Amino acid sequence: MSEFTLNNETVLERISTHFGDAILSSETPYDLLTLVVEPTRVHELIKFLKEDEALQISFLTLLGGIHFPDNKRKELGVNYHLHSLIHNFRIRLKIYFSIENPEVDSIVDLYVGANWQERETYDFFGITFKGHPNMTRILNEDDMDYFPMRKEYHLEDATREDKDDRFFGR
Amino acid sequence: MSNWIEEEKSSLLKSNQNEKPQLSKETIDGDIATLNLGPTHPATHGIFQNILRVDGEKILSSEQTIGYIHRAFEKLAERRPFNQITPITDRLNYCSSPINNIGWEMTVEKLIQAEIPKRVDYMRVIIMELARIADHLVCNSVVGVDTGALTGFTYVFQEREKIYELFEEVCGARLTTNIGRIGGFERDFSPTFHYKLKEFLRTFPKVFNEFDSLLARNRIFMDRTMKAGPISGERALEYGFAGPNLRAAGIDYDVRSMNPYCSYQDFDFNIPVGVNGDTYDRFMVRQEEIRQSLRIIEQAAKNIPEGSFKADLPDFYLPPKEKVYNNMEALIYHFKIVMGETPIPAGEVYHSVEGGNGELGYYLVSDGGRTPYRLQFRRPCFLYYQAYPEMITGSTISDAVLTLSSLNVIAGELDA
Repeated sequence: MSEFTLNNETVLERISTHFGDAILSSETPYDLLTLVVEPTRVHELIKFLKEDEALQISFLTLLGGIHFPDNKRKELGVNYHLHSLIHNFRIRLKIYFSIENPEVDSIVDLYVGANWQERETYDFFGITFKGHPNMTRILNEDDMDYFPMRKEYHLEDATREDKDDRFFGR
Repeated sequence: MSNWIEEEKSSLLKSNQNEKPQLSKETIDGDIATLNLGPTHPATHGIFQNILRVDGEKILSSEQTIGYIHRAFEKLAERRPFNQITPITDRLNYCSSPINNIGWEMTVEKLIQAEIPKRVDYMRVIIMELARIADHLVCNSVVGVDTGALTGFTYVFQEREKIYELFEEVCGARLTTNIGRIGGFERDFSPTFHYKLKEFLRTFPKVFNEFDSLLARNRIFMDRTMKAGPISGERALEYGFAGPNLRAAGIDYDVRSMNPYCSYQDFDFNIPVGVNGDTYDRFMVRQEEIRQSLRIIEQAAKNIPEGSFKADLPDFYLPPKEKVYNNMEALIYHFKIVMGETPIPAGEVYHSVEGGNGELGYYLVSDGGRTPYRLQFRRPCFLYYQAYPEMITGSTISDAVLTLSSLNVIAGELDA
């Protein structure tokens, strides 16, 4: 076991042997292994990363949502940044799914710290996490009826007509 | 009767996971009371609400309400050019704004793959470590205040003032600094800065040691803070703790040494760790980190290399005014930068620095536009404040106040 060193290639290989069919694509932007995986398998994969003796990727750095309105049937996404403190290896997992039924498995049972991050993701993107103990809004007020970080809510040009945005980017 | 209380307690303990407390007539009329600690309570040092359920002095459960100063930074960032996001980061952990600023600048530099001169690294290290000292001084002196020792607080604030004067010398601002630029600094450190830094390094250790001797081995302080609000290392990791709070629990994770950025590998410093993860350990870890920060600053100030105070990034630096007025190309650059029309590659990047409270991360997704497509902050306070109910359950209210201040929860970073 001790000969096994973690780098982007070896980790990808090890994950592929167990989850080959779940990995949709992989790349390494800025030297950080990034996998796009099946939304239904992500809980299982994170559990494997955490419990596998060779990998020990057992620290959840960051969890958050993202919205790509133009990717039809894959509009919403969740990113997981995980870190193996023992081997000092970072990995990023991404899942994409339809905005019609934005539901993913919660990872609160694996990482307690995911609790508020999942609530925040729900609060801002409307992504529901199955199995979360308290899936409610966290930073915004409770009776808010939309998800503000989605791209259809523009920040300041919603009511202004005097300013042509074509000249000023988004 | 006692049986009923035990049942009530165990049911409350079970529903600790941020669930709504179930109020019933029995619990209101009986021995268990509901108490609002916050949102604007002087002991919470910020706007947090904690709905405590107490049996006498003893806390049975607690539920936090957060978001009182939520300012939608992540949404704001999607509308702002990259330069204009630096002031937003000021307002995350406002006790150590320079670390946030520089962390963000380094994220963009990583995205555009800029070459940063060594001198800039050293200048940044000096500023960031000064900010860390200021941050830890506030936290530790406030722990003193919450145990009843106001003297240390008023004493070290004089030193914090000197640090702010140093920031003022570099960037003109004190609290929300907006220090530096993407690629380096706006101008080189002035001779006054070097003089004031030297004076600070000469006088600060004496004052700090006095503060240390006031509390660190003080019997009353030790009895008061030991075993208050403890958390185990494993549990802290599960919650995503980082920084001094994690190190107090015995885990030596420090971004500065694990993923050295900004030439931290050039410096010789130790990473203090605690054992029990209680308030006293957190206090002691921060005290030692202040000493280590001083060591780093001394080394950086001594070995600061010659060179430019900024990288060669004409797309991000406003050209000097005399050129703008006399040279057409400089005027065009000036206009482009002000309008935010700088070419940015598409890509996604995660960068983290060791903030005052732990791993402060920036996840930036760029689609090549003038603003980030998505920017997410890893805010250490947001992650470890989750553990607060678990840490104070079973303790007294006065310990809860102490735990809160020793965790150094900063409302700006918590709510973003």
